[in-house]
Amino acid sequence: MNFSPLYVKESRAINSAKGSLLVAESIPGIKLGEMVDIILRNKDVRAAQAIDISKETAVFQVFGGVSEVDLTGSKIRCRGESLKLAVSIDILGRIFNGLGEPIDGGSPTVAEDYRDIGGAPMNPASREPPSEFIETGISAIDGLNALVRGQKLPIFSGSGLPHNRIIAQIVRQATIKGKEEGFAIVFAAVGVSYNDAAFFMRNLEETGALERSVAFINIASDPVIERISTPRLALTAADYLALEHHMHVLVIISDMTSYCEALRELSATREEIPSRRGYPGYMYTDLATMYERAGRIFGQEGSVTIMPILTMPDDDITHPIPDLTGYITEGQIVLSRELERKGVYPPINVFLSLSRMMKEGIGAGKTREDHNNVFMQLYAAYAEGCYLREISTIIGAEALSERDKLYLTIADRFEREFISQGEREKRSVEETLDIGWRLFSSLPEGDLKLISEGYIQKYLPKHREEGVLVPD
Amino acid sequence: MGKIRRVSGPLVIGEEMEGAQIYELVEIGKEGLVGEVIGLEGDNVIIQAHEDTLGLEVGEEVRGTGSILSVELGPGIVGAIYDGLQKSLTDLMKDSSFIKRGVKSPALPRDKKWSFTPKIKVGDTVNEGDIIGTVPETELVEHRIMVPPGVKGVVEKIGEGNYTVEEPIVWLKGDRETKELTMVQRWPVRKPRPYKGRLAPSGLLVTGMRIMDYLFPLALGGKAAIPGGFGTGKTVALQQLARWSQTQLNIYVGCGERGNEMSDVLYSFRKLKDPATGRLLQEKEIFLANTSNMPVVAREASIFVGITLAEYFRDMGYDVLMVADSTSRWAEAMREIGGRLEEMPGEEGFPAYMGSRLASFYERAGVVECLGAPERKGSITLVGAVSPPGADFSEPVTQNTLRIVDALYSLDVSLANKRHFPTISWLTSYSLYVDAVRDWWNQIDSGWENLRANALSILQQEAELEEIVRLVGPEALPERDKLLLLAARMIREDFLQQSAYHEVDTYSEPSRANLMMKTISKFYELTQAMLDSGVSVADVRSSPIVYKISRMKDIPHEDFEQRIKELWLEMESSLVPQKGGVL
Repeated sequence: MNFSPLYVKESRAINSAKGSLLVAESIPGIKLGEMVDIILRNKDVRAAQAIDISKETAVFQVFGGVSEVDLTGSKIRCRGESLKLAVSIDILGRIFNGLGEPIDGGSPTVAEDYRDIGGAPMNPASREPPSEFIETGISAIDGLNALVRGQKLPIFSGSGLPHNRIIAQIVRQATIKGKEEGFAIVFAAVGVSYNDAAFFMRNLEETGALERSVAFINIASDPVIERISTPRLALTAADYLALEHHMHVLVIISDMTSYCEALRELSATREEIPSRRGYPGYMYTDLATMYERAGRIFGQEGSVTIMPILTMPDDDITHPIPDLTGYITEGQIVLSRELERKGVYPPINVFLSLSRMMKEGIGAGKTREDHNNVFMQLYAAYAEGCYLREISTIIGAEALSERDKLYLTIADRFEREFISQGEREKRSVEETLDIGWRLFSSLPEGDLKLISEGYIQKYLPKHREEGVLVPD
Repeated sequence: MGKIRRVSGPLVIGEEMEGAQIYELVEIGKEGLVGEVIGLEGDNVIIQAHEDTLGLEVGEEVRGTGSILSVELGPGIVGAIYDGLQKSLTDLMKDSSFIKRGVKSPALPRDKKWSFTPKIKVGDTVNEGDIIGTVPETELVEHRIMVPPGVKGVVEKIGEGNYTVEEPIVWLKGDRETKELTMVQRWPVRKPRPYKGRLAPSGLLVTGMRIMDYLFPLALGGKAAIPGGFGTGKTVALQQLARWSQTQLNIYVGCGERGNEMSDVLYSFRKLKDPATGRLLQEKEIFLANTSNMPVVAREASIFVGITLAEYFRDMGYDVLMVADSTSRWAEAMREIGGRLEEMPGEEGFPAYMGSRLASFYERAGVVECLGAPERKGSITLVGAVSPPGADFSEPVTQNTLRIVDALYSLDVSLANKRHFPTISWLTSYSLYVDAVRDWWNQIDSGWENLRANALSILQQEAELEEIVRLVGPEALPERDKLLLLAARMIREDFLQQSAYHEVDTYSEPSRANLMMKTISKFYELTQAMLDSGVSVADVRSSPIVYKISRMKDIPHEDFEQRIKELWLEMESSLVPQKGGVL
């Protein structure tokens, strides 16, 4: 437990205020990272945090900006501690703002503990490699980019693409095969529109998952600086539920691009030396300290899985935000505008998408023995088809050989039958793999080089019908 | 003893600290956070903190330790899992699964007894670097205890049997006093360890990765960079190197990378076996794990800690491989500190000295003649991953690295999108060690150099033909070119592509790689003759041999030679020119 000091430290010696920064004369005993209240002349209170302290001055970052702060009438009151989240099992079902204060009209949570929102780094030697397959019911994810518990897998989207609908579908459908365990959803809305946040909350309500969820909402009109703390509060809640209540927590953060913009704004007011496109040089580390909170610990129930959403500015995957994210996360699901235009839902670009943890989560006993082979072969066939599609736009499909035309058709069917599915359609991983086999049956058997002989005998529809072997 | 004057992120300014020296270690505040002095201004000192500084107050004390950042060298290192400052992570696990601030743990176990066998006698004169005895640290690594640099004397007394690392084992009579030696020595990480002389890199670093061993060989004592955008398999490539490389000791430095991947590495090394000895891999491996969410400044130190450990084992006369994933994160740590110090930035905000810092690190690789008796050679091979933003190789870290290294394995995003792994590009990678490994390869097969050149030339021609194919389509090419495309495809898919997760294919002996390439080359030779007699490429493509070549990778090692021999007989009998052909 943390106790507030018995006396209150106050200071009126504010020297300057600009943007979201406030510089005051040094306050004895103030700690780096300590939270303070700025009390304005009209008695309004703003939260602020000490970000640079020295013998002469203390610099505060003011949540909500410095408007209405004046140098003579405002005062600083120290809280004596850093930003903490009051946690207990009762946070489930609640909605908070970017400072961890309830905004659902309910009373503040009765705290079991106050947790620092920074979170200590997990000892790499204590981590258990994630390997439990999460069935999302979406073929393009389960079949080709499988998600596992403890993974951090972002969705790289673009403005106007249906990332919200996909995430909503995942939340509705995600299950662990053959298991019924404590799970929870933590949702952080960071700088998104009111409509997007409301859509998501409605979806939670509809699936009956609301009482198993915690939401931290910072919509576009809320203070920019609170976007820095919103995802950290969400992760602190997730850590707590996973560690203390052994729940499997799925954290969804939307939209990390707004977070990074806020970070850039902050860095600029601090007059730091910018790195690429004005973003601060420490953005990689900053993002990593959040994403790395995903994972699980040896010998302990409970896990934190993170699915952040980010919109790629101008659909550019080399932009610093998706780029740095991709270097930290364990893969990415990339949405494609081209597929979206073709009417494919979910429009997942399987070439750019990747799940680094997939190999640990699939195979016999987890999904099905032929999963990896089917994945490789589907991938190769689709890649070949797309390559030929590109060539055929120049030389015309007529100039291709019969075999090549076959692959052209496979590419189309793959998009229509495998990737494409209904928003309310939940496919089991077996169904997903069987769609793959259905596509393979139009290829010559000798072309299935990446599938071992035994699986071809067992799963190819032709052989199944012959009754050579009955699938399990 | 001084006081904190200012705190800003990882930067701490202390005052009233006369006598502090650059790179001296200090302890900051009540929790005793570790920091390192990086600048002096009057009696103010500039300190970079290796731990999170949140919660520090102005006026808290700063204690100088009088020593600079050093590593402990002695039995107990092999198989250990350290953080960037050589704290034992396995030790810290006992208290908490999270790393709290200010925690300490010794690098070497203090209570464990090691069996020491002396290699010298009472009355011998020993000098720096002399091997005085050995400890069987693991089944794979014999730890050779050496006289620390700068020490010499006549052996007065010597121990034999079981000792902890703190107990004296040898008493040396020096000029003035008798000196007790234990099995531990300390060495400052930023200072290269001394050696007698340097030699040129020679001999192949056997990696088991065909594209490296065969096409772009890395010599023992060489230095190489692996740049690649995200998702190109940098980490898997480095893990493969650390797993299978046939050196006596491997050091894996995870610098600012993913925690789950690190745990995957740690976990898999506890299960996988070394192909040459059949022992568990962790018996010849040292891990340094400083994941991306651990303090940035410790990242900067971890690279130096790693290379100093490597030098220590090199001095014993071993071939050591160190892989660092990723040097870009290391450079970013330098940038962060430089920014806080308000230094004039160089390119993209990196400090102007980044290039020279990178060079001084890579220069610690190489082959040396070690100090002391018996005479011996040791080497450090250094491979660093680079993570260029946006996969743009023109960025400063990649460019500065390329000026230093002699082998480049450039990872290609488009290959990753095609799921061709490893994604090492055969068109843009290079190795300057071909001369250095020629003798080694000649012992396997004197035809290596020619076959290698041929393979590269086929791949180059393929790239040129690809451009034409995009304009006229594959069917419009002359038959000869179509056959070349088939051969190139075989080299790419059946030779260069290698699965890190396939039981057999994950490690491919150079002799095996050689036979595979010879088979493809033989196929090309025979089918060219068929073409001359009027057979079409479509017919060649439908030959069952093509399928068999594609499955060469899966043949278990013990059957390999026999099965390839059979394949050759089959090729010679079935791939024959058409009777009465056009010629």
